[in-house]
This record gives sequence, structure tokens and C-alpha cells, in this order.
Amino acid sequence: MFEQAPLILAGSSEYDWLWLIPALPLGAAALAGVLHFLTLRSRGAWKEKPASHGHDAHGHADPAHGAHGQAAHGAAHGAAHEATHGAHGHAHGDHEVHADHGHTKVPAGIGALAPVLAALSMYAAFALALKGFFALKELGEGARVLRSTAWAWIDTGTFGIDIAMHLDPLSSVMTLVVTGIGALIFTYAAGYMKGDPGYAKFFAYLALFAFSMLMLVLSSSLIGLFVGWEGVGLCSYLLIGFWYQKNGPAEAGQKAFVMNRIGDASFLLGTFLLAQMFGSLDMAAINAGVPGSIAAHAPELFLAGLFLFGGACGKSAQIPLFTWLPDAMAGPTPVSALIHAATMVTAGVYLVVRMNPLFAASPTLLAIIGIVAALTAFIAATTALVQRDIKKVLAYSTVSQLGFMFLGLATGAWAAAVFHLVTHAFFKALLFLGAGSVIHGMHEEQDMHKMGGLKRYMPITFATFIAGAAALSGLPLLSGFFSKDEILAHTFAQRSPLFYALWAVGLLTAMLTAFYTWRMVALTFFGKERFDAAKVHPHESPALMTLPLVVLAILSVVGGALGLPIVFGAPHLLAEWLEPVTRSGTAILRASHGEHHLSHTTEWILLGVGALIAIVFAVRGFRAYVGGTARDLEREAKSPRLAAFLGDAWTIDTKYTSFVVGPVKLLAFVIAVVIDAFAIDGLVNGIAALTRGIGGRVRKMADGSIATYGLWMGAVTALMAFLFLWKR
Amino acid sequence: MSVPSEHLFILAVVLFAIGAAGFFLRRNVIVVLMCVELMLNAANLSFLAASRMHSLAAGATKPSLEGPTFAIFVIVVAAIEAAVGLALVIALYRTRQTVSLDAVTDLKD
Amino acid sequence: MAINVMTLSVLVFLPLLGALLIAATPKKAVGMQRGIALLTTLAVAWIGIALCLRFDGSSAAMQFTEVAPWFTLPGGIDVHYRLGMDGISVLLVGLTAILGPIVVLSTWGHIHVRVKEFMVWLLAMQTGMLGVFLSLDLILFYVFWETSLIPLYFILGIWGGERRLYATIKFFLYTFAGSVVMLIAAIWLIWTAETTDVVRLLDIAGRMPVETQTWLFAAFALAFAIKVPLMPFHTWLPDAHTEAPTSGSVILAGVLLKMGTYGLLRYGIQMFPGAALEAAPWMMALGVLGIVYGAFLAMAQTDVKRLIACSSVSHLGYVVLGLFALTEAGLRGSLLQMVNHGLSTGLLFLLIGMIYERRHTRALDQYGGIAGVMPIFALFLVFAVLSSVGLPGLNGFVGEYLILLGTWEASPWLAAIAVTGVVFGAIYLLMATRKMLFGPLVHSENKSLSDLNGREVALMLPIVVLCVWIGVQPNVFLDRTDASLRDVTSRIEHARSARTASIEATPVHRLEIEAR
Repeated sequence: MFEQAPLILAGSSEYDWLWLIPALPLGAAALAGVLHFLTLRSRGAWKEKPASHGHDAHGHADPAHGAHGQAAHGAAHGAAHEATHGAHGHAHGDHEVHADHGHTKVPAGIGALAPVLAALSMYAAFALALKGFFALKELGEGARVLRSTAWAWIDTGTFGIDIAMHLDPLSSVMTLVVTGIGALIFTYAAGYMKGDPGYAKFFAYLALFAFSMLMLVLSSSLIGLFVGWEGVGLCSYLLIGFWYQKNGPAEAGQKAFVMNRIGDASFLLGTFLLAQMFGSLDMAAINAGVPGSIAAHAPELFLAGLFLFGGACGKSAQIPLFTWLPDAMAGPTPVSALIHAATMVTAGVYLVVRMNPLFAASPTLLAIIGIVAALTAFIAATTALVQRDIKKVLAYSTVSQLGFMFLGLATGAWAAAVFHLVTHAFFKALLFLGAGSVIHGMHEEQDMHKMGGLKRYMPITFATFIAGAAALSGLPLLSGFFSKDEILAHTFAQRSPLFYALWAVGLLTAMLTAFYTWRMVALTFFGKERFDAAKVHPHESPALMTLPLVVLAILSVVGGALGLPIVFGAPHLLAEWLEPVTRSGTAILRASHGEHHLSHTTEWILLGVGALIAIVFAVRGFRAYVGGTARDLEREAKSPRLAAFLGDAWTIDTKYTSFVVGPVKLLAFVIAVVIDAFAIDGLVNGIAALTRGIGGRVRKMADGSIATYGLWMGAVTALMAFLFLWKR
Repeated sequence: MSVPSEHLFILAVVLFAIGAAGFFLRRNVIVVLMCVELMLNAANLSFLAASRMHSLAAGATKPSLEGPTFAIFVIVVAAIEAAVGLALVIALYRTRQTVSLDAVTDLKD
Repeated sequence: MAINVMTLSVLVFLPLLGALLIAATPKKAVGMQRGIALLTTLAVAWIGIALCLRFDGSSAAMQFTEVAPWFTLPGGIDVHYRLGMDGISVLLVGLTAILGPIVVLSTWGHIHVRVKEFMVWLLAMQTGMLGVFLSLDLILFYVFWETSLIPLYFILGIWGGERRLYATIKFFLYTFAGSVVMLIAAIWLIWTAETTDVVRLLDIAGRMPVETQTWLFAAFALAFAIKVPLMPFHTWLPDAHTEAPTSGSVILAGVLLKMGTYGLLRYGIQMFPGAALEAAPWMMALGVLGIVYGAFLAMAQTDVKRLIACSSVSHLGYVVLGLFALTEAGLRGSLLQMVNHGLSTGLLFLLIGMIYERRHTRALDQYGGIAGVMPIFALFLVFAVLSSVGLPGLNGFVGEYLILLGTWEASPWLAAIAVTGVVFGAIYLLMATRKMLFGPLVHSENKSLSDLNGREVALMLPIVVLCVWIGVQPNVFLDRTDASLRDVTSRIEHARSARTASIEATPVHRLEIEAR
């Protein structure tokens, strides 16, 4: 427990090397940024233009003359610009507009160093993460915490928030996942993004993302976590909108950021409540304080947990804040693999596991999480069923699998959720990278209806993709099978009506998962080629891209060893490793709910059922689509409304646009025009007009005629005399 | 019979009123000046009437001298004012060729 | 640099001296005028920073004080020339000093007519602003308060945009009306307390009965509320900002608006704690209203400068909210956010000014896709937007978070509404960024835009550095304000207990103090 951990205080420098883990990617990001600007300079895309003062505002004191002069000047200046800048600017502009990526390849020049630096930093960080892992292992079971405080960050007047690192079993697992999978994806991206004009910039953003994600999982306080939380949101925004020359990516990036922000607002409210209750935002301190406050402060704990879960919904794309994730597919595929499959979207899961005592303290909250998670998983799975874009299938699949993770959390199976997080990171990243390889080989084609039969053109991609698909669909003995099954088993073991229903939904979703996964495989790699082989030349990707695929494939297949079920007779390695972190939450649940045990028989039955479902529906999905797209077209013809409804994620996003975005815009208009310009400003201008009016009236008194003046003088004099006499 | 002092006061008030009315209502500058004279003389009259009232009340021993003295001051001032006023009228006529007050509204907004 | 007795006076009047020097130069010597202005403001920045560094954050007393007798009012009240700095003014003085050379450098790009007069007015304004933050005599404060108004009137009126006359007169009369109301209250206060010394007035006014305090507070707060600007007295700001030249906007947003918030803190909360306690719910509500209202206003704008002006209303709503939460965290957050707003919004205005110098339009739909043509500009703009939006790691977040935390202690519901401002801010700022920087390059005029030159980058660098520094090590800045803010909270506590004692029959019922 926290109290017994050897707290390494700021003075000791023994574990200061831990700071290198996030610092290395940050350094790489800065260097890559510099390289990017150097590349731009060497291309001559922008140069310091002489005499921009020509454009100045000479008009202001002298509008007539100035406007004329300016127009002439501006025209001449513009022409001069075109002449000197013409070739470069024109070419550059063309590049920026047309280069989705890869159409016109641009040599990277010095920018080619950027991926090297970035990837090296990630491999080095991974090595350090391993070192940290072993350092933790050396410490005894009860004392597995390494802490290092960098500096006191914010002093709120009542308590302080520090920049400090907290390495415990959970954060070491997350760090290994982030750095390991990150390193592989960086390697892949070095090949995938080759030729893109923004080659170096891409790696600057990716490395910055890695830094933020590492800060997120290594921070000791909720606000330190929030720094990483928003940081990954920022990088997500930058990377989704990487090809900003088109409207789609730019808007998708903006949407992602804003939806994340809604979750962030909820997160902040949670931190206020927790700070008020516990006088600290250090997560370990809060977790230590929760058990003692359950009796007196259950409603506040529920509320705080609910707020934090709201934040998690935004980041991990659960209902109602999930519609940004499919749109985020507008970004380059390595981004989708790293951010929107393996790491950023799992931040919500990490948050809940880290704060497990808080969540365990409110059974109602866990029930809510379970319902939201199951619904999300189901809706997303049905949507993935009908998608034609291969990346959209994977996007909705991610949302669905995240739902599974949260379902696991809802049952108090903290380790199971982390297990699924890890295996999902393996196979989903693999699938995304594989899809990227396909897209790369098909020259940016993403519509599966235009693919087919690719297995003979891209053997390595094909083989690894199969491994990933097998893991995702939960085919027996692969990693996905064990992790998914464990979650479903825990759900079943709750033995409450609600959780039986959730288990049924989960099972249904597993069926759909197998189905759509093998539909995707069939449409892409098997059957007749639905493209013109003369025009499109599908080819295998270079080694830089296929090597990571192979590594991930191996991990997807054997990753199950991390969490073998008890009935197999082997230890659940992950659960044992995470036990110090999950101990408190589990204890709280045990106290309120009692033990949940499944008899071994039930477990074998559930395992069998899971395996059976996976195999059956995988085969059905494969068979339905190996012949071609006939079934899809049939559905669109026979029940177009259902197809549209499912394809649009049950029209949730459309409803947001009409019921949220529309009214907000209307409200903004009403406020700006009606209230502000008309009412408030009208009042101000009205007062001015009133003053002018009164002044105008009073002015009539001075009409220039002596008689009037005399009258006034006489009247006032008489009045004064009268008053004078009267006073006496 | 001696005239009662009240009658003199009434006369003074009436004369003042006529003069004031003329001052406010007439357009011709010279008439306005004449009305100003009238008002001043009405004021003179009321001074003298008051002086007479005081002298009669005090008996033949102490004739009140303040009244007539002040009346002389007023006459002097009236004379000066008439001179200056007429000079202004002449200047006005020379520039505007009119002595109507309606033409002199340069101070109007 | 040795700090002696005269340093504050030198700091305050050096800009004026520079202005006089510039006034003596021949009209055509633009280079000399710019040079003198830059040197003067650099000297002021140097002195200002030195003062901030030497400031001792552990004492709530006034430091570097200077006193000199001035004149005597009838009734025997002596008015003195009194300057001093404490934890409340130290950061703002630093902000004013640093923004000086930045603003002067920025004028080189867009002020080409009547440069001499512009520099004179700019420097005179800096004297006024520094004087406001540093004066410890109520009459002197008022004099400096009005002094900072008039140069802006001229700057706005002569070098402004098309509707500048309307904007200038509106701004001037509106602000002036508030100041006059404040003057009446100030005169009454001086007459009753028989002193103009602000330090003594703080104690005397704090002991006045709450009813008296309340109307005095209302009068002072009206002037400051108009200046901040607080809803519903905000309508002068969008017009003033839109029509002002870039440097005018920067100095207006950077410092002038802070005079209002500074006044609310010193001459509102610190001087009349009892009244502040009574008024707090209303002021907090107005602050939250400003946050949300300002955000929606900004969302509807098509003129990018007006959009940022409306965002100012929103951001300063946070500051007022934090001030009147009357908690440690809230006060620290709002004082820091005053500086942060000056930096981030100043940076935004500088950038908009730079693009305006090139394209002469502020309409958002005239842009689009310029990130490819002006990558350095894009980098700085995104940075400024992130700072404004409150990305953790940059300055905006620290202030915002402390304010919201402090508000939560005072009123959870208001904090919940205020936190939505975080979402709205992202909406309108990212929308503006997207419309300017991203998307396809449709307008041909945008294709030949030149990126930022060395001068422009150099003048923004200090702001960028500060934004990062404050974001990463805010305690360095917050520590200086510590003692003075504790003084404010202790006054609030006294007022709170006085109120409880007067409400409750038994004075033993000190529940609220225990909870602190």
C-alpha cells in the first residue's frame, strides 16, 4: 500500500533516470520541429519578403489618397511577389492542395533525420521502461512504488500540486505498452509517410504525443495526469488535421478537440470535488483516503467518480462522446493506429483503474458505467457491420472494444480490463497498420468494395492481418480470446439481473465482432479483384512497414500468456502484477458485494461458449463475403433505411448536429444580434441619443432673439428676488 | 388734496409693466430702448414715492434724502445707457440696414 | 542595479520624459522617434523587471515606498505624492513594463503617419498605467487613472479604423462616466476618513458599517466594472478593439483592462471587505454571465479582431469570478490570470495585426489555408490559441484552474457553469484558427503572403517565453503575491466573522471559520 512504499523524495537522485522516459520523446519532438522548419527553408517555400511595409495602412488619416495609393501599390507588390515567389509558391501551393500524401512525393532532405530521432527516442524509452519494470520487480511485493518529484508546480494556497512521477505496476505496464507499440508504429510510419511534405513535422507531433501520453501514465497527481490528458488531445487535433489543406481533416480535428474538451470539463469538476474532499490531488493520497470516507461521503464519492467517468467517456469515445473517433480516421493511418487504438483512447481506462477505490465505492456508478459500456459496444459493433471504409470498420471496432474494457471495469475486474487494453493494443494496432499497408499498396483506396483478392499481392500484410483478425474476433487461444473471455466471465459472475443482461449484450457484441472482422478480411483479401489491375498496382509494403506488422502479429498470438485463466492451471501474470494497485478497489467491492466466484465448470462452459461463438460467427462472416459485396448491396437495396441508420452509428452524430450544434449557433446569433447589438448596445446608444435629444430641446432656448433672452433673465431675476424676500 | 403715496406706487408698477411688456414684445430696437427708459423712470417714481412716504411719516423734521439721491443716480445711468444703446442702434443700422430685432439672431444655434 | 528611494518615481515618469524628448524631435525624424521610444520602454522594462525580482513576497507591507507632500485640501486634509508596490501590484507592474517595448516594436509595422504624436501618446499612457498600479494616495490614483484615458482617446481617434470616432467617444464617455461616479465616492470617503493615504484608508474603510461600505463599493465597482469590462457594461470593448490600431489593441487588452480588475481587488475587495462579502454572489454571477455570454458573442463573429475582443470579455469574466470567490485559490488564480490574459490576448492581437498589415482585412472568410504559406505565423497563432484556451503546461491553464478551484469552494454550481467556458473557448478559438489557417487556399491574394520577419518574431518571443514559464513554474510568480493576498483573505475573514456575529445572537457560533 501507499504508506509502505519507499517514497523516493526529491533529494534522492537514485531514480531520476525515470524522467528520461518522457524527456527523450520530448527532446526528439523539439529537434524534429526544428528539422521541419529547416526543411521548409531549404525548399524555399517561405522566405522573408522584402518591404512588406509597402502594404501599410497609409489610408487612415487620409482615406481618399491612401486607398488609391494602396490599391496601386498593392497590385504592384502582389505582382512582384508572384514573380519572385511564383515558381516556388505555386509549386508549393500545388503540393499542399493535392498531396493527400504520396501522390507527389517530396524528398525529405534533412527532414529524414526526424523519424530516426523520434524512433530512437522511443526505443530508448522502451529500454528505460523495461529497466523500470525490473527495478520494480526487485522491490518486494508490498513496496512496488518509485516516486520522483521534479518541482512544486502550483500552490493553491491550501495545498500544492507537484510535478512528480509515480511508477508502480500499473504505470509500468502502460509505459511498456506506449513505448513499445509506439516504437513499432514510429518505425512503420517512417516508411508510410515517406514522401509527404510534412515528413519531419509528422514525427514532431508523434513524439510530442508520446511525451504527453507518458506524462499521463506516469504522473502522480490528477492534474499532472490532466497535463498529459490535454496534451494527447492537442496532438490528436494536430495529427488528425495533419493534411490540413483539405476541409475534412481540419474539421475532424476540431471536432475531436471540442468533444474531448466536454469530457475534460467533466474531469475538472471531478478534481474540484476530490480536492475539496481530500485536500490533495495526489492520486495515491486520494486512493488511500477513499476507504475511510465511504461511510460518510458516499454521494460525493459517487459524484466525483461520475465526473471523472465523464472525462473518460470523452477521451475513450464512449456514448455519448464517441462520434469524433470515426471522423478522426481522416488522419494518417499510423496516427489512427497509435492514438486511436492503442494509447490515447485507453487513457480513460487507465484513469478508472488508477482510481479504482473511488469507483469501487459506488455500486451505482459501476452499474452506470456497465450500461454505457455495453450499449456503446453493441451500437458500435452494429455500425462496424455495414461500413465500406476499412478504417471506419476498425474505428467503430475500437469504440466497441473500449466498451468491453469499460464493461470489465464495471464489474470490478480491473486487471481484466487492463489485460484487454494490452491485447487490444497489440491486435488493433496491427490491424490498423495492416490496413495502412493495404491502403498504401492500393494507392489511397480505402473502400473495401473496391478491393478483393489482395492476398496474393501482399502476403506478409495478409498473414499478419489474419493474425490480428483472429485475435480481435476472439478465436480460441489467441490473446483476444483470453482477455475478452475474462471480461465476460466476470460480468457473468456478478449474478445480478443487470449484469446478466449486460453479459448477454456482451455476448451479442462478441458475435458481431467476429462477423464484421472476418467480413473485413474476406472483402479485402479474398474473392475476386474488384479493381482494375491495369490501373491500380497493389504491392507489398517495404520492410520498414512489414517488420512491425510481424512483431505485432507474434504478440497478438502469444499475448494471451499474460493472463491465462485459472482453470488452465497457470497463474494470471497480469493480475498478479497489478495486484498492489487493484487491491484497494477489490477489497471495497468485496466488502459491499461479497465474493464473486465462478465454479470451474461454469468457467469451462463460458470458455467453450466464447470459443464456439467466435468460430461460428467468424466462419459465417467469412462465408457471407468471400464471394463479394453482394450481401451489402442486397441490404442497401432491400432495407435502405436500416442500412443508413446502422451506417450512421444510429444517427447519433446527425442528431448532435441538429440538436446541439444548430441551437448553439442559433443562440450565438441571437446573443450577438438581438441581445448585444439590439438590447444592450441599444440601451447605451439610446442613452446617448436621449442626451442628444434633450440637448437639442434645451438648445432652442438660445434662439438668438434678444426678447427671449430678456424674458428668461427677467423671469429668473424675479424668481430670485421673490426667494430672497421670502427667505427673510 | 395730496395724492396718497400708494397711488404713486401703483402708477410706478403700471408704468413698469407697460415698459416690460414693450421690452419683451416689440420688434423695433428704438421702441425697446424707449421701454427700457420707461422702466427706469418707473423705478425712479417708486423711489421718490417711497421717499415721500418716509418723509411724511417722519413729519416735516426729517425729509428723507435717500430716495431723490438714488433717483438722480438712476437718471444718470439711464442717460448713459440711452446713449450707448442709441450708438449700438446706429451701428446696427449701418451694418444691417434694419432696426428690427428679428434680424439680430446671430447667437442662434 | 541599485534600487534606491527614487526608483518607483523614475519608473513611473521615465516614459513621460521619453515622450517629452520625442515631442522635441523634428516631425520627419521617424527613426529617431522610434529609437527614443524603444530605448525608453526598454529602460522601463529593465527597471520594472528588476523591481519584480527584488520584491519580497513574504511581506504584505508596501515596498519601495516614496512619499512627498503635495497640496492640502480645505479641512486640513493633506494630499501626498505617495508610491509603493505590494504583492497585488507587482505582477501588473511587471506586465506593463514588459509590454512597453513590445508594443513600440509592433508600431513599426503599422504606424507610418504622425509617428511622433503616436509615440508621445503611447509613452504618456504608460506613465499613467504605471502610476495607477503604484499610487498609494487616492487623489493621485484618480489623477493617474484619468491620465491613462486620454492618450488612448487620441490613439483610437486618430490612428483607428473606419468607425473610430464612434468607438472612441463611446469608450471615453462610458469609462469617464464610471470614473466620475468613483470620484464622488472617493471624495466622500476622503472627507469622512480625513485622509487620502490608501494604506490608512484600507483600515478605516474596512471598519465602516456595512451599509456605508456597500454604497461606496458600488460606486467604485461601477467604474471598475466598466473598465474590466464586466457584463453588462461591456459593449464598448468590441468596438474599441476593432477600430483601434494593433498597438492600441495590445496595450488596451494587455494593461488597461487590468486596471479595472486591479481596482476591483484593491479598492473593492481589500478596501471594503464587508461590502465585497455582500456583493460577492452578484459579482460572481456577473462573472459567470460574462464567461458564457462573451463566448457566445465570440462564436457569432466574422471579424477576427472582434472575436478576440469578445473572448476578452469571456476571459475577464473568469478573473472577476475568481476575485469574488473570495478564497485563496480564487484570488491567486485571478491575479495570475490578469497577467496571463494580458500576455495571451496581447499575443493574439499582435498576430492579427501582423496579418492585417499584409492583407488589410479582418474578415475570417477572406482567409483559409494560409498555414502553408506562412508556417511561422501558423506556429505562433496556434501557440497563442492554446495559451488562450488553457492548455495545461501553458499559462492560461494555471490561472483558469485556480480560479475554478476557488470558485468551487465558494459556489459549486457557478463553478459548474463556468467550467463550460472551457469548452466554448475551444469552440470559437479553434473555429477561427481553422478558418484562417486550414482548409484549401481559395483566395489568390493569400498565396503571396510573406511570413513573419525577424522584428515580428523577436517582439513576440518574450511573451512566448513568459507563457511557457508561467505555465511550467507558476509558483515563482504566485509566491510574490502570497503575503498580500493573505492580507486580503484575512480582511475577508474579519468581515465574515463580523457579519456572523451580527447575525447570530451568540458570538460563539464560528462554524464558518472552522471550516476554513
